[in-house]
Amino acid sequence: MKELPLNDPAPADEDADDGEPGTRRKRKPIGWSMIFIGVLVAVSATLVYRRDGIDGVLEILTHDLWLFGGILPRVLAGCLLGAFIAEILPHEKVSRSLGPASGLKGLLIGTAFGAILPGGPFTAYPVASALLTVGADFGATIAMVVSWTLIGYGRAVAWELPIMGVDFTMWRIVISLPLPVLAGALGRFVYVRMYPKGAPP
Amino acid sequence: MSAALLIDIILWGSVAAVGFLALQRGRPVLIASLRDGTIDFIAVVPRIALGVVGSGYIAAVIPQEIITGWLGPHSGWFGVLTAVIAGAATPGGPVIGFSIGAVALKAGGGAPQVIAYVVAWALFAFQRLLLWEIPFMPARFVWFRAAVSLPFPFLAAAIAMAIGKP
Repeated sequence: MKELPLNDPAPADEDADDGEPGTRRKRKPIGWSMIFIGVLVAVSATLVYRRDGIDGVLEILTHDLWLFGGILPRVLAGCLLGAFIAEILPHEKVSRSLGPASGLKGLLIGTAFGAILPGGPFTAYPVASALLTVGADFGATIAMVVSWTLIGYGRAVAWELPIMGVDFTMWRIVISLPLPVLAGALGRFVYVRMYPKGAPP
Repeated sequence: MSAALLIDIILWGSVAAVGFLALQRGRPVLIASLRDGTIDFIAVVPRIALGVVGSGYIAAVIPQEIITGWLGPHSGWFGVLTAVIAGAATPGGPVIGFSIGAVALKAGGGAPQVIAYVVAWALFAFQRLLLWEIPFMPARFVWFRAAVSLPFPFLAAAIAMAIGKP
């Protein structure tokens, strides 16, 4: 089992402020995934240009720019939510209730958290990232992300109910109920075997 | 009131609520987290811009008919497998994903196959992984989570076959 590194051994006091800025993750400005998307987009745009001409290209561009403008405030909300959560959640408590040794209870908490989390991908991923930062393990975070995507109400209410209908949506959600905990458990099972000496740097 | 507006209200209400909790820890905590959140936002905007503005082009060159074709004619476990591949390959947002599922249901696709498609799409549609998950989360976590998620569309289809559609 991976022993959790004690990031902040000092504050036994639960209310102590332990949001030291040094624990925030660093971001690479450009990664290979960006390059991959960029190439994919460039190739696709070229194909659209050859098929539909410049009008086709501009039509999609206008539509997607509107979409982007609508999403931006929500991305900001998601980033703020993630930053606040990383700041106010005490590391010790999170490590205990969502860390590698949190057992089934940690997976259930992650699942419940994902199910009630408001918003779309612009909230779920910043918040999940914040949980990792403050001491949740891969298993509990996987349970949270999978729960958000499969049984969270946000996408179901906004998109699935109107398009797929009530019967299908409810049926799919019921079938999906056990999946977040199972995915989190599988994640932990694989993780301790892949990284028996704890997380690589 | 539209569902989108309601979700926006819940979203910003949650931001206000945790922001208030941060304020109770003191103004420096509030200011530090506002700064962190804004830095994250600025770092992530170019990636989201590229992804969102580019996704229209990717969706335009992978027409829905191709995906629907993968979902359509096969049944049984082979149908589930093609549905999972179709879910992973579906570009664009939830409207496209669910519309393809709805078309497949109306066109006589089996319910377990459509379940497998929707679950696979929700768990590891390639475009959402690249556009949303990678920018916000450590890449190692994203690939680990996607790999661990692989069996679950099949499990969902198996449960669907076992309990049947009411």
